[in-house]
Amino acid sequence: MTALTLAARDSATMLRRNLRHMLRYPSMTFMIAGMPVVFLLLFVYVFGGTLGAGLGGAAGGRAEYLDYVTPGIILMTVAGAATATAVSVAMDMTEGIVARFRTMAISRASVLTGHVAGGMIQTLLSMAVVVGVAVSLGFRPTAGPVEWLAAIGLLALFVLAITWLSVALGLVAKSVETASNTPMPLLLLPFLGSGFVPTASMPEALRWFAEYQPFTPVIETLRGLLLGTPIGDSAVVAIAWCMGIALAGYLWAKRLFDRDLVR
Amino acid sequence: MPNPPSGPAISVTGLRKSYGDKVVLDGVDLRVAEGTVFSLLGPNGAGKTTMVQILSTLIRADGGRVRVAGHDPARDPDAVRAAIGVTGQYSAVDRFLTGEENLILMADLHHLGRAQGRRRTAELLERFDLTEAASKPAATYSGGMRRRLDLAMTLVGDPRIIFLDEPTTGLDPRSRRTVWRIVRDLVAGGVTVFLTTQYLEEADELADRIALLDHGRLIAEGTADELKRLVPGGHIRLRFADAGGLESALRALGEGYLDEDALTLQVPSDGSVRSLRGLLTRLDDRSIEIDELSVHTPDLDDVFLALTGRPDDKESVR
Repeated sequence: MTALTLAARDSATMLRRNLRHMLRYPSMTFMIAGMPVVFLLLFVYVFGGTLGAGLGGAAGGRAEYLDYVTPGIILMTVAGAATATAVSVAMDMTEGIVARFRTMAISRASVLTGHVAGGMIQTLLSMAVVVGVAVSLGFRPTAGPVEWLAAIGLLALFVLAITWLSVALGLVAKSVETASNTPMPLLLLPFLGSGFVPTASMPEALRWFAEYQPFTPVIETLRGLLLGTPIGDSAVVAIAWCMGIALAGYLWAKRLFDRDLVR
Repeated sequence: MPNPPSGPAISVTGLRKSYGDKVVLDGVDLRVAEGTVFSLLGPNGAGKTTMVQILSTLIRADGGRVRVAGHDPARDPDAVRAAIGVTGQYSAVDRFLTGEENLILMADLHHLGRAQGRRRTAELLERFDLTEAASKPAATYSGGMRRRLDLAMTLVGDPRIIFLDEPTTGLDPRSRRTVWRIVRDLVAGGVTVFLTTQYLEEADELADRIALLDHGRLIAEGTADELKRLVPGGHIRLRFADAGGLESALRALGEGYLDEDALTLQVPSDGSVRSLRGLLTRLDDRSIEIDELSVHTPDLDDVFLALTGRPDDKESVR
């Protein structure tokens, strides 16, 4: 019990440290929110008319495409955020301060949980900005309070999973440059899923990949919660993916952080 | 506070560590008494940092018995961590945070409580002459300021044993003296200091006992004076205007090491005024003119060079 309280206390201290970093150097946070906003504008105003017509809905066109693409864009935020987290972890590891933390009688995991909690706050705030912009463009979710809560819960779980994975990617990277590149594939996954066009429109091999990769069930669940489209078994699959990635990322990160060390 | 555990602050027996084929520490034994400064002296790659990393719970030894503050770093790392403070070779400050925030971070991690943490922070900023720079990010600090902040952070938790791994490497002479003063103050307060350094002067200045580490083995241990006594290397060096003077001087003195190219003669001597006067009288009696004279007393450089078998290049060092 006391060990747990101490762990929570040290993690809170580390979280304060990470939040302070973010406040002092806000450019990273702006970049995380900025990139999906640019993609949103691009896809709605440049491609939106054509892509919306292809959706074959009653409304058709740009307005319908805005509704369709917003969930995918929201998830795209995690790709940029993952890079930010991986970079900040990798940078931390090159600094002597982490060696200092390791020689102190503190909860060892707190260094990592501080990064995870900080990264989650940063990402969820960026997502809120993206949603705000989408709403200002005319995005009209049909969700009630319960659906909103469920959507936020789903996003939090997804962000938790990807953030633990990014922490591991930051730890495994030999340099800060590598750390800024390894999470890049995450940026492509919304495209190679149901984020921008329905998977049914893709060639068979790609469609197979798109339907079974983790972003698609999360996007479908989010779309269902916000816009009332059918969810089916996507929710269960999405939660399973999130928990699996979170656990794998956590174990990997912990192993990397503890390697060659005394406990 | 209860009585500190009796016995040495640090004791190490038969410590071994290798990375693959490379043996870094090859059976090291040492004891550091409480409240003293122990200096581990050695060239780059001797194993000094590895030693500090093992003692400060950062890495695990391959073999041997280690006790720091009475605890085994491998089996009870948190007990060791609670007793120690470490200032590594590379500055261990958070450069995105200000000096004050860095210290408060340490206070929070030591669970000092808000008021006490602030008080301790203010006190350390004052003591390490950082009050003016307290609200600037550490990234803007000079090397000396960063090292002082680093040391201040180490002291937030009031450690009984402090490891300083090459604390003055890369510092200018003035900052180096400041660090030395801080170390002396700490020891005066009863703290045990384990210091590694490449600088013989530094070990000589600060340490109660010095151990020389070379290729993972301790090749000598003792006080600075004891070590200097190992090498009877004192001499007087005389330079003459021409070969004639050089030869007459050798004949007059009866012994010495001749360097005909440099026109110098090295005469063994303890460096005392009496022996110097005797030597000069003998040369004066024969009217031999000396161009230049220097007295060389043995220092730790001599000890180190003699024991490690490296080429003696003290002529260029002088």
